[in-house]
Amino acid sequence: MSFNVPDDLRYLESHEWVHTDGATARVGITDFAQDELGDVVFVELPDGGDNLTAGEAFGVVESIKAVSDVYAPISGTVTAVNESLFDRPELLNEDPFGDGWMLEVEVGDEGELDELLSAEEYRDQIV
Amino acid sequence: MLSGHFDLAVPPPGIETAPSSRPTSLTLDTGVSRVRYKQASWTDDGDRYEPLLSEKAPKTVDIEDSPLPEELTRDSLELPAPAEPELARHYTRLSQMNYGVESGPFPLGSCTMKYNPSFTEDIAALPSAAVHPARPDSTVQGTLALSYRLQDYLARIGGMDAVTLQPPAGAAGEFTGIGIAKAHHQHNDDDRSEVVIPDSAHGTNFATAAMAGYDVVELPSGDDGRVDIDALEAAVSEETAALMLTNPNTLGLFERDIERIADIVHDAGGLLYYDGANLNALLGRARPGDMGFDVMHYNVHKTFATPHGGGGPGAGPVGVTEKLAPFLPAPHVREREGDDGRGDYEYYRPDHSIGKVHGYYGNWPVLVKAFAYITRLGDSGLADASAKAVLNANYLAERIPYEVPFGPFHHEFVASAGEQDAADVAKGMLDHGVHPPTTKWPETVAEALMTEPTEGESRRSLDQLAAAFGAVHGEDDGTLAAAPTRTAAGRIDQVSAARTPQLSWQALDSDD
Repeated sequence: MSFNVPDDLRYLESHEWVHTDGATARVGITDFAQDELGDVVFVELPDGGDNLTAGEAFGVVESIKAVSDVYAPISGTVTAVNESLFDRPELLNEDPFGDGWMLEVEVGDEGELDELLSAEEYRDQIV
Repeated sequence: MLSGHFDLAVPPPGIETAPSSRPTSLTLDTGVSRVRYKQASWTDDGDRYEPLLSEKAPKTVDIEDSPLPEELTRDSLELPAPAEPELARHYTRLSQMNYGVESGPFPLGSCTMKYNPSFTEDIAALPSAAVHPARPDSTVQGTLALSYRLQDYLARIGGMDAVTLQPPAGAAGEFTGIGIAKAHHQHNDDDRSEVVIPDSAHGTNFATAAMAGYDVVELPSGDDGRVDIDALEAAVSEETAALMLTNPNTLGLFERDIERIADIVHDAGGLLYYDGANLNALLGRARPGDMGFDVMHYNVHKTFATPHGGGGPGAGPVGVTEKLAPFLPAPHVREREGDDGRGDYEYYRPDHSIGKVHGYYGNWPVLVKAFAYITRLGDSGLADASAKAVLNANYLAERIPYEVPFGPFHHEFVASAGEQDAADVAKGMLDHGVHPPTTKWPETVAEALMTEPTEGESRRSLDQLAAAFGAVHGEDDGTLAAAPTRTAAGRIDQVSAARTPQLSWQALDSDD
């Protein structure tokens, strides 16, 4: 089975992705992650204004199979939360890189991005 | 599509079915019996199950003048008013659409779903067993005597020095036990912050440690499925308040290094906590206290055949060694000193008691049932129970086509569904008149089928179970994904149930 791994994103080993646009970063979970989890039924996310620390859990995704923490790929302040996930958690399954995004974050330290996996490195991990 | 047969040496089970379509009931040839199964299904208006009593026989009752203020009263009230036959049929129908240990084998692993002997219900229902908990000690000496004897029986079974009967469930017992351990450390001005728990442990262990205010240190299993001694040595430190362990462990394997494990924890000043989940394998043969455990809980609904709670009243007595006895919950039963005419037993508060963990003295009727079971079986009966529990698990494992990667196991085994989805295997087994095993746990075995037939099953019913495993093993994924089809309720839509749960009967109205 092959999974979508967009080239323009950076990844965590724990299957989160981050997309940066200037000082703003968008964060979500990968296609592989949603497939492993199965049907997602509940999502818990921080509030706008909360601070994330790279490598630490910021939210929870619950599927019919498992409850998993979601880890922050980068540090920063939450500027937007995808609240549609609360009513429609299935967006994480249907479109993990699009409508299933989780948070937008004002990046604190862009240097942290260098620590993350490239699409190629992440692809190797999930083969 | 059902396969006609699968290969298995002894006995040769197979299924007689029409080859082209799934029949409405099927026959399992278990070698000794032919079991056909189709669950009763009572519906009303097409696809609605047996209606509620209030729907079947509503009666409007007018409210007469009431002394209460008008805004607190109503003019009429609708109440169910079925005649007795209707009432009896209602509950009989519900039971026919259910499946329990009184319907057939129930090998739900780790849960020890023993048959609950009905004589224990009779004893718990005796008028003399029903005394008000607020009565003075001296007027309920029989009740106290039973409690005292049960404390003593449990202590002897577990190799402990003192037992409290108060905790209302296994998880409450864990919380009580770890609370006692914490009180002991604090009493010695020994501030410790961590509890070490193997990754294969029951989820309640992690919750207990966290609820008690400890940081959880998760211990990875060794390649043989047991505690990895090197990992344990690395995890244990002067911060270790306790190691929580069950033995045999979740894979049914005996922790052979238990004495070494105990030494490592004790040398670091920690305590050893025994989770009684798997005590059924040890009854009359080995005792946690002799292995070095300091504190333990007993799951009376597993080991001593009281009903599984499902949220109802349970009991999780806790045993401790002598040095922890002063910390037991209050009140506790002991023999009275002297002869002042007030009876042989009394309640008292242990010197450094952690206080109460439940109302009054625990869930008394459950404790009476456990007492009745233990007394009826006696020492030799309890030893016989563990022997047959282990024999049954091993007999069954030999007769199923699924691989069991870890052994030698005792009262339960964890098979792997291999390429099949363990949840689908479980749903498929429902169609064969048996309850499936626990699935997908522990995660040390891929697509786990955690199976515990208990000592109560005959060879005949074990063969029926084996044939059900065999039949499902031979089915294709599409058929299994659609199962069950012979039960009152078909495949439950877990996704919409979780995404849009209806948590009250009132939600049903809005759905119409």
